[in-house]
Amino acid sequence: MKTLRDLFRDYRFAFSFSVLCLLLVFAVISLFSPYDPTFWGSVPRDLKPSWEHLLGTNSKGQDVFWQATFAVRNSLIISVIAGSVSRVIAILVGMIAGYTGKTTDRVLMFISDSLLVIPLFLIIVMVAMLIRQQLTLPTLGLLLAFFGWAWDARVIRSLILSLRERQFTNTAILSGTGTLSLVMKEYMPFAMPLIFSTLINNMSWAIGLEMTLAILGLVNIDIPTLGTMLNWALSYQSILLGHWWWILTPVTLSVFLFVALYWLSVSISEYLDPRTRTQRVGVQ
Amino acid sequence: MAFIKRYLIPRLIQYFLVIFLGITAVFIIPRLTPTDPVRRTIQELRSRGSYLDPGSIEAMVEDLEEMYGLEGSSFDQYIAFWKRLFRGNFGVSFFQFPTPVMDLIANSLPWTLGLLLVTTFISWTIGNIVGALAGYFSRSRWAKVLDTIAMFVRPMPYYIFSFSLLLLFAYALGLFPVAGGTSIGRQIVFNLDTMLDIGRHAFLPALSLVLLGAAANFQTMKLIIQNVNSEDFVQYAKFGGVKEGRIVWRYVIRNGILPQMTNLALSLGQIFSGALITEIVFSYPGLGTLLYNAIVTGDYNLIMGIVSMSIIAITTAILVIDLIYPLFDPRIRYT
Repeated sequence: MKTLRDLFRDYRFAFSFSVLCLLLVFAVISLFSPYDPTFWGSVPRDLKPSWEHLLGTNSKGQDVFWQATFAVRNSLIISVIAGSVSRVIAILVGMIAGYTGKTTDRVLMFISDSLLVIPLFLIIVMVAMLIRQQLTLPTLGLLLAFFGWAWDARVIRSLILSLRERQFTNTAILSGTGTLSLVMKEYMPFAMPLIFSTLINNMSWAIGLEMTLAILGLVNIDIPTLGTMLNWALSYQSILLGHWWWILTPVTLSVFLFVALYWLSVSISEYLDPRTRTQRVGVQ
Repeated sequence: MAFIKRYLIPRLIQYFLVIFLGITAVFIIPRLTPTDPVRRTIQELRSRGSYLDPGSIEAMVEDLEEMYGLEGSSFDQYIAFWKRLFRGNFGVSFFQFPTPVMDLIANSLPWTLGLLLVTTFISWTIGNIVGALAGYFSRSRWAKVLDTIAMFVRPMPYYIFSFSLLLLFAYALGLFPVAGGTSIGRQIVFNLDTMLDIGRHAFLPALSLVLLGAAANFQTMKLIIQNVNSEDFVQYAKFGGVKEGRIVWRYVIRNGILPQMTNLALSLGQIFSGALITEIVFSYPGLGTLLYNAIVTGDYNLIMGIVSMSIIAITTAILVIDLIYPLFDPRIRYT
């Protein structure tokens, strides 16, 4: 309880925690939606926001409010899949490279450096273009996870490198601790704050990239996400026709989502470990 | 000589290896999927409603296979791919048939390069100088205000940020043009009018790239400087009566700028991707918009060309930054 109270003293944590809770509730009530999100014409088209349709209706005859609940839910699902799978890769690569050193380290770091250097967005576009019909929520999450681990593996590796030089590593090895339990029991607690903050940053990266791919029409645009919502709004010229409620809903929701995720990661990692600051604000 | 052996050669090997792997990935990715690009192109043509009789389909399959470099075994194709790459030949574009892909890229490249160079330079310089000052005077009011602004701008992905600027400045306020690189139909000649027109069109895309880049540099630099600040030599200089201006510019910023060079090199790929996305938002006539058209029309040759060129350009730019690094860091001398 004390931890939570301390955290809430940081206005950034208070803000981001409340916003994320609201968005989570938003995502959950999609289960009670009276409309199927893939159906067209379930409600009259192009209505302004009213009590009956809180955020109005769009040109496809869908209720924008309920559509948005699905969009937030699906975007979060993609980002959680991408974030957690890429965390597993980043931890494995970072720990193996940092702990074994030598050739393994050099090879692994070369791979992650190459991923950093190459304009990944273009490669992802190339892949997405070929498999866009198969890009459902899990596959899109996995695709992003496959490319999203490089920077974080580097960060974890440098942490492990510094831990390996510490006294307690030698003590543990000399007293017969196995490599696996050394890494899991002794190193993990040090790495947790870092892993957590990279997880949040990675989730936000995944949501952003999903939106970009959706705008380009490279995902299955019948699945509502924040990106596909924006895509439909744009392709129906909602700006020129003055359907501001349709275009502004995904934009506003995603702005809040990005700010909240970032502030959450910043405030939590500052609370857990003020020393990780420099690493955290490094290149995303 | 030791510099060449110990530094330059390994760095060059790494450079060529990255290009080799990147281009190989460009070659392999389309071949990993079960769909045959030739059949897919024909299907897409059909789904757009053009009627094709069986005989012309056969002829088209052959033409397409030749154009895509799909003749012979996979290894033959791979060798042929590299050969064509060295000649700068990426085949013909489908979306603007029969313009060679290379011509399309050459037309768009100056726009992207201009936008990218100017904005990266401005955002890096401004972000670092303001960030350093904010780090040095971190208790002052304006430093905190700037920090809060950066906390808002920093998490925005390129698309959402540029799109918000577009909605605000172009649609709601009407201050800047909504799309394009020049007014429609304007001939590109060197006079003041044309320059002003280009500048007006480039303003919003440049603004979004500068703000996003500067916010990231600002935050990183501020933390680096706060760390440098607490080092002994800064304290010592203060006690020794060195003028504050000298401490800030010669002692503190000079130390902070080095990790920022490395960060610039590492994030160049992302900055480039961001510039492409921003171009798409503003329909700026650079590589990004070309990429968008290629995606929409399913022009795979063009995409492969853009990706290959980008990989080569970005890795080369990073190599250049790495090689000029010693000019900024007197502790590293490649001799």
